Order: sequence, then structure tokens, then C-alpha cells
Amino acid sequence: MPAEQATSVEQAPPAEPTAGGGSTAESSKFPPLGGGDRDRPAVALSRIGAERPGVTRRRVALAQIDPCLGDLERNLALHEQTIERARREQAELVVFPELSLTGYYLRDLVPDVARPAQCAELQRLAAAAGDLAVVVGFVERDEHGDLFNSAAFLEDGRVRYVHRKVYLPTYGLFDEQRYFAAGQRVRAFDSRRFGRVGVVVCEDFWHLSVATILQAERIDWLLCLANSPARGVRDTEVRTASTYRHIGQTYAQLLGAYVAVCNRAGVEEGLCFWGGSFLVSPDGDIAAAAPPLDPHLLIVELDANAPRRARLQTPIGRDERLSVTLGELGRIQRRQYEAD
Amino acid sequence: MSTPPSVPVAMPATVPPATPPANSRVEIASAAPQRSAEAQALEIHCPLVEALLTRFIRAELTRAGFPRAVLGLSGGIDSTVVAYLAARALGPDNVLAIAMPYKTSNDASLVDARAVADQLGIRLVEIPITGQIDAYFARFPDASRLRLANKCARERMTVLYDQSAAFGGLVLGTSNKTELLLGYGTQFGDMASAVNPIGDLYKTQLYPLARHLGAPAAILEKTPTGDLWVGQTDEGELGFTYAAVDALLYRLVDCRWNEAELRAGGWEADFVHQVMERVRRNHYKRRMPVIAKLSARTVDRDFRYSRDWGT
Repeated sequence: MPAEQATSVEQAPPAEPTAGGGSTAESSKFPPLGGGDRDRPAVALSRIGAERPGVTRRRVALAQIDPCLGDLERNLALHEQTIERARREQAELVVFPELSLTGYYLRDLVPDVARPAQCAELQRLAAAAGDLAVVVGFVERDEHGDLFNSAAFLEDGRVRYVHRKVYLPTYGLFDEQRYFAAGQRVRAFDSRRFGRVGVVVCEDFWHLSVATILQAERIDWLLCLANSPARGVRDTEVRTASTYRHIGQTYAQLLGAYVAVCNRAGVEEGLCFWGGSFLVSPDGDIAAAAPPLDPHLLIVELDANAPRRARLQTPIGRDERLSVTLGELGRIQRRQYEAD
Repeated sequence: MSTPPSVPVAMPATVPPATPPANSRVEIASAAPQRSAEAQALEIHCPLVEALLTRFIRAELTRAGFPRAVLGLSGGIDSTVVAYLAARALGPDNVLAIAMPYKTSNDASLVDARAVADQLGIRLVEIPITGQIDAYFARFPDASRLRLANKCARERMTVLYDQSAAFGGLVLGTSNKTELLLGYGTQFGDMASAVNPIGDLYKTQLYPLARHLGAPAAILEKTPTGDLWVGQTDEGELGFTYAAVDALLYRLVDCRWNEAELRAGGWEADFVHQVMERVRRNHYKRRMPVIAKLSARTVDRDFRYSRDWGT
């Protein structure tokens, strides 16, 4: 664990970073009810290895909000408010959760809240963001009327990039393929201040192929927007939370990138979203984590050059043999095709 | 559960010891009695469950525009757990508990319910249902014990819904996962509610939670009963213990073991068959009434919205 100080801003409970690799006695303490106001999340700041002079610092905010189901206007206001608070904390990037503008369990509301990527709502947020980069989740409608579970990266007053969720879970409690079309692209893009960025949405994060592609894209930042409901209550934290953290820590080390997971808070339709948004340094350590369950605005200050140094130290991405991967995957695909 | 299971539980009942010392026999006999793999899998971390369920109650009620709750408090473990969770989630002033005894109900139940209400500082109102039940059955003196039990359960439901309107709250459900799966409850009776915080916890999981929440010992120790007639006990009526059926349901429902796997796992064929049949036969109780589909969009089939729509 790197040196870090969790500084409380306002009357917020301090962030509760969880040591990597498992639950601790510490994480069995839950914030008392009432700690996380839905309209005004608590704020906490962590500084990770960015104190030394001469370091290029970046301040990132993970906005663990609890949006209203199907009320775009109210959620837009919550986004604007949260961006304003992040700005006051000198954040340069604010990451919101999956479907942050609409809520998750939309079902037949999906078409009603769908918007094209160039819509007034996103323009309004991009304008509100001003100098901040902002990533939000929304329901996207394309020119054919197909609907996607998308994430928009807003920078310099415009929509810089849109990722459409590729892997739509349709099992257990999930029914996304009933409502959404699957995205067909996994790509990185260059942000003005954050270098090479990959944005993924929830289930995408669980697919090794997505990480492999983004490793080949040589990203500095992997941003994951999540709406992960709690399942598994045997341990001090929900099972899904520890699984997410293990994946995040593994990816950060293998990609030599910062990995940020912003998961929503609150309860919707009986689903308890576990919050616990976290940021992993390129060396695989949990740099900062928001408390579980309740709305929270986590501000993290970190060293922008850490990914480059991590990849110099452990150049796994550089040494990848794409020809081997593609050759073998091609062979498997042909075999599957011939078997049919 | 202190009662030993009367029906064989799973065969793979023991957990391998961590690292058995080389060249020495593992002293099974002297080891503390080990919990079955199923019982271990059903262990819950109570502070986490409390944190989730109090947030669940608060969110689902306030989202619906009702920050208050009404529940039937019987003095049993299920309604006791819900009372504790509700009082912590909403504050004691926002919880109304109602005891609804019938003339054959055990007086001790009311004493236990009173102890819970006093400890939590929630209001407990006693509304006996003997008058209306007896008035109805005066016309049908030959009615079976089951009809009487179901009528009582539905009478209590109407009382709760009426009182919830007066109190400005929603009715909290107190049916646990074991009951819901077995259909061991009355449809539109005790199974009716607006919001159910304990419906995904098996009966045996409620004991550690009740202990964690600070429920009185008398409630933790007593034999589960619906108090439907004198001397009735759940396990006597069901024909198996909660410990045994929870272990089986865990494998059947949560792990999706099929009948062959369950039998290979050491469960008796009759028990497996009996429980699977109960789950299947009672499935209707867990569903909305089936609607004949005629149009392109039918309520609950392809007209699908969440209850929390717009909140």
C-alpha cells in the first residue's frame, strides 16, 4: 500500500481503503444509516504518491451517486451539482457510474430515456463540465433506432468518445439483451490530459478479451462504469465487491495502467448496489476506495506518470505477441466454424 | 437451530482439516462437531446484512413516498427480525407493530411481541381478530382447520393494510425464503406485503441475524410455530426440520443441483421428491395471477416496468 492520507473534506466519513487481496476486520464496519445523502454525497480526498515537487499531478473524482430511475432531468441536476463539487475539489476528471443519467432497472423505460450521443443533455453536461473531463453513463439511440448502454467521455465542451457496452449480461437477475443492442467496438482514445484512455461498462470489465484489446491499445487509464448489485453476504463485504477488486488489481498490473471503477450506490427495485468505488495504481495497489453502499464523492490525487514508469518496469504490453494471439484465436474460430 | 435434523442432511458434511499433520491420524472423534458444508455456505455476515437490509427498507419505502412502516408482530423470529430492521432503518416512531391474536393464539406470543416493541420503542397495538373470524365461521361450522388458518392469515392482512392507510405507511413482509419456496404460507395472507426485507434469507439464517440485532433470548429459543392451532409447530406440520430443508433448498435452488445430484449428495429420495414437489406445486403463490394474453402488450408479461419507476 503506498503512503496515503485520507483527508476528510466537509463532514464526510473518511474513505475506507481496503487492503488488497481480501476483506479485513476494518471493512466489517459499515457507515451508519444517513451517512450518504442521495442528493449531496459525502466527499473525501486521498493523495497517492503525488506530494513530491515536480510530479505531474492529476485529480480524479469517482462520483458514486444514487440516480433516480428514469428521471433524466433530476439526474442531470445531480450530475451538474456533483461536477460543481468536484470542481471545487480541483478535480480534472469526474467518473460517474453506468447509466448514471437514467438509473439501472429501466426495463420498458429504456426507449423513453434514450438519446443520441449528440443530444442537448450531453451538450449541457459538457458545457457544465467546462475544463473538467467527465464520463457519464446513458442510454444511446443510434440513427437506426437501436439502443445501447453507453458511456460518454466529455472533454473540452464536447463528446470526445462514446463506448457502447459490448457484453450485455442476460442471466440471473440481468436481462440487458432484451432491451439493448450490443456495442461492436473496444477502442482506446487520447484524452488531452489523461493520455490514452479505455472506457468500459460493467460486464465488459469481466471479459479478458476486453482487457487484452486495451492492453494492445497501450492505455494509461482504464475507466469502468459499473452498476453492480450486491450478491453474496457471507463475508465482511459483498462477494461481487471483492471479485471486482481482484479483477481491477490484476488488470492494473498486467496493463500498467490506472484502473478506476465507479460503482453506483443506493437501492433500486430490491437491488442493493454496493458502491465501494475504487482506484488501483499501475502497481496493483488499491490507491483509494469509497465507503460501501452509500453515495460518495471520492477525490484522488495521483502521479500522472505512474503508468509509464510501471510499464518501463514491467513491459508486459510491449512484449505481447499479437500474431500469436490472433493466429491461435483464428485457429479456434475456424475449428468452431468447421464443427458447425 | 438446536433441534437435530430428523432427516439425513448432506453426505459431504465435513470440511477437510486445514493441513493434516503428516504420519498422524486425524482425530475426528475429538474434534468439535462440524457444521455441514451447506450450513457453512449459509452463514451470513450479520453487520453486512443489517447494513444492506436497513438501506433496502429505507430506500424502498421512501422511494414509494412512505417513510413509515406497519408490520404484524407475532413474537416469532421472522417478524421480530423485521421489527428490528425497520426500527433501525426508519426510527422507532415510524414503525407501527400490530399483534392480531385469535382466541386460540398462545398468550406467550403476545408477551414476546411486547418485549420486542418495548426494547425497540416502537408502538404495539393489539387488534384481536376473534370477533370477525368467529362471526364468519358461525355460518360454516364444519370448516377445516386449514380454512380457519387461511382466513385468520387473510384477516390479519386486511387489518395491516387498513392500519397502514391510517398510519401513512407501507406493510412490511415477514415471509422468509424457506416459507416462500415451500409455499408454507397463505397467499394474500401472511405472504402479502409491499416490501419484504427477509424474503431472501432462509429460516436458519434468521437466527444469527436476530441474535446480532439483539432479539430477546425467549424468541431465539422457542420452537417455530405459526400459532395456527394449539400445539402447532412448523417442523411438526412440515415433517422435517428447517435445518434439513434449508440445506436441501440451498443445493436445489441456489446451487441448482438436480435430483440425481441431490441423491448422490446423500439426501433421501423421498425427502428430495417431497420438497421439490412442494416448491413446484406452490409456485402459483409466488406469482401474479396468470393473465390471458390477447393484445401486443400485456401487464406483467411484455408491459414491464420497475416499481421504483420515476423515484
